[in-house]
Amino acid sequence: MPAQDIIEKLKDSGLTGRGGAGFQIWKKWQAVIDAESSQKYVIANGAEGEPGVFKDDYVLDKKAKELITGIKIAMETINASEAYIYLNQEFFKKYQKPLLKLIGKDKIHLFEKPEGYIAGEETTLLNAIEGKRLIPRLRPPYPTTCGLYGSPTLINNLETFYQVALIAEDKYFGERLYSIGGDAPKPGVFELSEKIIIKEILEKSKNLPAFDFFVQIGGGASGEVLNSTQLEKPLSGTGSIIIYNLKKTDLKKLLNYWIEFFAKESCGQCVPCREGTYRLRELFQQNKQDWSKIGDLLFVLEQTSFCALGGSVPTPILSFYKNIKEASDI
Amino acid sequence: MKIIIDKKEYLAEEGQTVLDVCRKNGIEIPALCYHPDLGVKANCRMCLVEIVGQKKLQTSCSTKVFEGMEVITNSVNIRRARKINLELIVSSHIEKCATCIWDQNCSLQKLAREYGVFINRFSDRKKDRPTEFFGPAIEFDQSKCIDCGLCVEMCQKQQCNVFEVKGKGSETTVTAERVKDCSYCGQCVVHCPVGALQGKGEWQEVEKALNDKNKILIAQCAPSIRASIGEEFNLPYGQVVTGQMVAALKKLGFDKVFDINLGADFTSFEEAKELKERLEAKKLPMFTSCCPAWVRFVEVFYPEFIPNLTTANSPQMCSGPIIKTYYADKIGKKPSDIVTVSIMPCTSKKYEAKRDEFKFDDGTPYIDHVITTREFAYLLRRKGIELCDLAPEEPDNPLGKYSGAGAIYGASGGVMESALRTAVEWISGKKPESLEFTKVRGQEGIKRAEVLVGDKTLKVAVANGLGNAKLILEELKKNPKTYDYVEIMACPGGCIGGGGQPVPVSPEIRKKRADSLYNIDKEMKIRTCHENPSLIRVYDEMLDKKPELIEKLLHTSYLKKKTTKE
Repeated sequence: MPAQDIIEKLKDSGLTGRGGAGFQIWKKWQAVIDAESSQKYVIANGAEGEPGVFKDDYVLDKKAKELITGIKIAMETINASEAYIYLNQEFFKKYQKPLLKLIGKDKIHLFEKPEGYIAGEETTLLNAIEGKRLIPRLRPPYPTTCGLYGSPTLINNLETFYQVALIAEDKYFGERLYSIGGDAPKPGVFELSEKIIIKEILEKSKNLPAFDFFVQIGGGASGEVLNSTQLEKPLSGTGSIIIYNLKKTDLKKLLNYWIEFFAKESCGQCVPCREGTYRLRELFQQNKQDWSKIGDLLFVLEQTSFCALGGSVPTPILSFYKNIKEASDI
Repeated sequence: MKIIIDKKEYLAEEGQTVLDVCRKNGIEIPALCYHPDLGVKANCRMCLVEIVGQKKLQTSCSTKVFEGMEVITNSVNIRRARKINLELIVSSHIEKCATCIWDQNCSLQKLAREYGVFINRFSDRKKDRPTEFFGPAIEFDQSKCIDCGLCVEMCQKQQCNVFEVKGKGSETTVTAERVKDCSYCGQCVVHCPVGALQGKGEWQEVEKALNDKNKILIAQCAPSIRASIGEEFNLPYGQVVTGQMVAALKKLGFDKVFDINLGADFTSFEEAKELKERLEAKKLPMFTSCCPAWVRFVEVFYPEFIPNLTTANSPQMCSGPIIKTYYADKIGKKPSDIVTVSIMPCTSKKYEAKRDEFKFDDGTPYIDHVITTREFAYLLRRKGIELCDLAPEEPDNPLGKYSGAGAIYGASGGVMESALRTAVEWISGKKPESLEFTKVRGQEGIKRAEVLVGDKTLKVAVANGLGNAKLILEELKKNPKTYDYVEIMACPGGCIGGGGQPVPVSPEIRKKRADSLYNIDKEMKIRTCHENPSLIRVYDEMLDKKPELIEKLLHTSYLKKKTTKE
């Protein structure tokens, strides 16, 4: 299919990136097409490092054929000679063989992601493939003009390529993948409209709990926490809902889990994240919380972090306090 | 294009960053991890500004200007964010101010004061981190390191790659993984914003020696010191303070003050002689060897080029042994009765002074102590000596006279120019048309030129920065006939940009310091080494009578050194 036809189809579909940032796909593809270079790359990001999210696992397990088709369409459209499928260690082990069989002679390489959350961030991923220190790069330049080994690179989430394959065959109907887990009655991955509200997603997947609950949407670390009355909006970001049983969840432990996660996964490049997450962990270990310090730290994390990891630290913490604090003594 | 900063309109150029434009227009923005010599890091998150239309604060070092951009550099949010980030930075840096030579001259201290930071708001988390030593030249106190990575990049640029960043998050550690590969150039030191990297302190020993009445204490300054020491006392960049520098050393308590510019004349004299011999014997190319970091770089990474290094000693290693023989003899003393202290723009000179090649047979070193320009200023500050208030004094005789050729040693190209002024005359039998070899001057990393010497054309190259040195060596590896004579200085701009020099340093500051040295030369009556009366006297009275001393005192040898990989 000619490149411009695909771009038109992507434009008509309104497809946005499934990695979480929600960027318009056709714009990203067009940027790589417009970048002048004899060498271009396509990368399918299957890092899926966000705790509690498992929709890419579903794509690899059930939709691998479409995934490869989507990648090939991308390669053809942006005129890339090579592509990478970037997989976390678990996926790499599980799906290496079937994927290689599907890939055949095409120049699509599998790359095993090094350990760590930040290695899933799209510019850190480039450093990982190039064998460099695992830290995000400055943007601009964006990977679309200066990506892998300095060449224009199209990086999309695995699910995005699956959706592209559907679009190419006119089988895309505005659906997306939702992974629903935690204390969910029927955990799994569900293919539903991206327009419906969270409550409807839970109802349609038979996951609306009968018990008192709250949810975390968009990921089990960086995602926003909502109480059961706040589900009247569509889900943005990563397609993930984690259900917590309010009575059975140790809220203090959960809060500490998030903080520990960020402190452990911070790459250490910028001051607010390296030092701020370290200090947050220190502060939350104390019995009495010093909110003047915590407030200051969350402020610089949100406002001044180098990348989205640091920038998202306040999301779960603040929404937790704002939306379900009454339910707890923390 | 036009952009608006704090409600005022400014002209900016495509490609500039907001920080560029602000600094150019005198708008102060704090930035610790930014250095004009290196790439944008954007990790200290101090240079924050607001860009109208954008939700979050932006780092001005990494934000490019666009037409109509509106920038705010001072707001409640900006000040709050800078202050908190500064508190976090300070908590990863142990304040050892009382014994730190950056005290009162430290960007962290200054910012902490400006932002009213309570430096103990968060406890020091790096107190147990070790200090590493890079030979006898540099110390790296990891408890002061703020993980900005400037040293790492600078060392990569110097092609030594000593550092590595290990770990992540708060475990991130900059370590000196390949310390054996270090040239000791000290560029990491002048690019460290917080004094975690420092020349190995010798000021303590010098202070002790100054109190020892049984020894004769002699100080000598390298050519570039007079054009940089003033900066430590808030004088304009590059202002020449030769007389005050001498007076300050006297005031510190030195018995005699000589000048390494004379040592430089000896180096040029011997080097010009060798160039003539090598030209006749066709043993080219010849490399300068007065930069110990460059010499070490060859010994570690390119030992096959050792035969190309001139055997002439570096300036401090010419004047050092002359002081301890010729001058000692004059005053009826033994070499071991004299303590020689060099004030150098360099950390590698500390290492050079410890090399076995530069000792008398009884083990007495030619140079006892080497302190950097910064250490010199620190000693003065400790004694409350205000350099600017001192009446200028002359260096002592008989080893205080120098030529313009010696004076320009501190600028990239200066060593070659000095040697050529003499060599051209000796080889062609007549004075060169102009004493100024302008083609080898300037701040470019590599300068290539052809120089007419009698009926021969000499192909020369001058490089500053070890990265550029490597390029020259690789060219020569492919074709040894590419150049006949090569000058290399390890540091950007030569010694005026040396690892022992005051901070800050930038391309503009280096240029100012270099210009000052060329101005000194311009004003000199004697501008070639072989016309220097002090030098002529030493050859007449001692060296020409015992020619074996020339080889012994003024020439050296080199040895292959092991790399980390070996």
